[in-house]
Amino acid sequence: MELHQLTIHELHDKLADREISAEELASSFFSRINALEPKLRAFLTITEEKALKQAREVDKAGKYEGLTGIPFGLKDIFCTRGVRTTCASKILENFVPTYDSTAGRRLEEQGGILLGKLNMDEFAMGSSTEQSAFQSTCNPWDLERVPGGSSGGSAAAVAAGEVPFALGTDTGGSIRQPASYCGVVGLKPTYGRVSRWGVIAFASSLDQVGVFSRDIRDCALVLNIIAGKDPLDSTSVNLEVPDYTSFLDGEVRGMKIAYPREYFQQGVDEQIKTTVMQALRKFEAMGAIIDEVSLPHSEYALPAYYLVAPAEASANLARFDGVRYGLRDFEAQNVVDMYSQSRSQGFGNEVKRRIMLGTYALSSGYYDAYYLKALKVRRLIANDFDKVFADFDLIVSPTAPTPAFKLGEQTGDPLTLYMNDILTVPVNMAGLPGMSLPCGLVNGLPVGMQLIGKAFDEGTLFKAAYAFEQNTDYHKMRPVLGVK
Amino acid sequence: MALTIGEVEHVALLARLALSAEEKHTFAEQLGSILEYADKLTGLDTEGIEPLVNILPVFNVLRDDEVKPGSLREEILSNAPLLEEEQYKVPKII
Repeated sequence: MELHQLTIHELHDKLADREISAEELASSFFSRINALEPKLRAFLTITEEKALKQAREVDKAGKYEGLTGIPFGLKDIFCTRGVRTTCASKILENFVPTYDSTAGRRLEEQGGILLGKLNMDEFAMGSSTEQSAFQSTCNPWDLERVPGGSSGGSAAAVAAGEVPFALGTDTGGSIRQPASYCGVVGLKPTYGRVSRWGVIAFASSLDQVGVFSRDIRDCALVLNIIAGKDPLDSTSVNLEVPDYTSFLDGEVRGMKIAYPREYFQQGVDEQIKTTVMQALRKFEAMGAIIDEVSLPHSEYALPAYYLVAPAEASANLARFDGVRYGLRDFEAQNVVDMYSQSRSQGFGNEVKRRIMLGTYALSSGYYDAYYLKALKVRRLIANDFDKVFADFDLIVSPTAPTPAFKLGEQTGDPLTLYMNDILTVPVNMAGLPGMSLPCGLVNGLPVGMQLIGKAFDEGTLFKAAYAFEQNTDYHKMRPVLGVK
Repeated sequence: MALTIGEVEHVALLARLALSAEEKHTFAEQLGSILEYADKLTGLDTEGIEPLVNILPVFNVLRDDEVKPGSLREEILSNAPLLEEEQYKVPKII
């Protein structure tokens, strides 16, 4: 099998057995990247020189443990010291961070080799990666379609074999939805499980760092490294990090799995419903107990999310003022005009729209009616999940209501685009862990199933997902790109 | 219902965004329809429900004030759009 099709653990074996060197491995991925990028456009920055230097150092040391010598990619929202970090925005086009994100740094400390920074919707606001200020990324399964978003570059790069794994962020579905569209594994851990230090903030009560990988074992290996308390992020939780690979026993006998009826309504494609129901039958055949439940406030999650997330974004993005870094308008004659002009030139349409919406929802006279109301609804959504988890170990649903749509198809009306997040936002609102894993194809396009667990119980997600993977072949599906 | 241009201008001022006439018009329509969608929430009874601000029971996190190595001054300043004598320079404020 070609190197670019292998998983982290398979590549590790090749390095440990001295079949290949880390430098050869990195070079092989750069050849793949150079061949694919003219079509795919998943990368915003490629760090070839730095990566090859690191790989040579790894080879010189000659010890291949864990991630040593394994290439990876980062969504361009993770700060990388000395490497341009844009958040796919013109306002940060020339921004070079002076420190690393904790998650990215931990991967590098374990010997991982960063190949580059991946495309995304500007400031992670979008569901198709078309909101990037620089380029649209294509879906490797069909180059006329979107990879999903906002972490679309990460999902596309993993699916196309440009990197064995990548990190992304998920505020309302930005890891799970693109993972579903691109046919890879995508994990959003529990809020607080992974440090967000050095990750450019979108909506701070919802944002979480997570993993894109080709299989469940890889996902567990990476979470083992990035999870845990970080003194630099006060919202990271001081809870013991279990060895997530210990949950990979292939056993779901007696596991209680709920499927919420509301997640099989709400405009979900019929073929996707059928595909996910077949996956549920598979779990049942493997010995799990499956039953239908209700999460009655589901329909309120999306409107509440589109008040809470923009409100928090409007506050977080106030820091981009053209003073200390980022784009500045030099024509303005006074400082307020400089702020306003710089921000207007630097931010794209979707970012401006959400800043406006969030500012409105927080403004005097509307705060109670919109923002406070949304936070109360958020409590009801979290309570719904609590009730189900009193009797069940896991919730299963489709990840997204449709397969990948065509580039340009949903750029007109913002509300249509927001509907893509309808099955993923409730999980962020409740802070729970969620995973998307491939469970079939619809018209030649991948479909993901979403697993939702109790807070800090990623272990059960891994247990169930691994058992499913061992009994199916969906994780072996690879897109045909017509490039060797 | 669309927002008025006056409302859009007020919010844009609060958000420090200079909008073109066309943007004002578009946002008036689009924000109106998003808010109309959000009005779905008003029908839901939330009497006595405690707002959920943050899912973690974390309130105030303190640490000892120890000096540790941070980013380098020159590196940080190298991102500045305009400097004068190692200070950020901006147009006149008053």
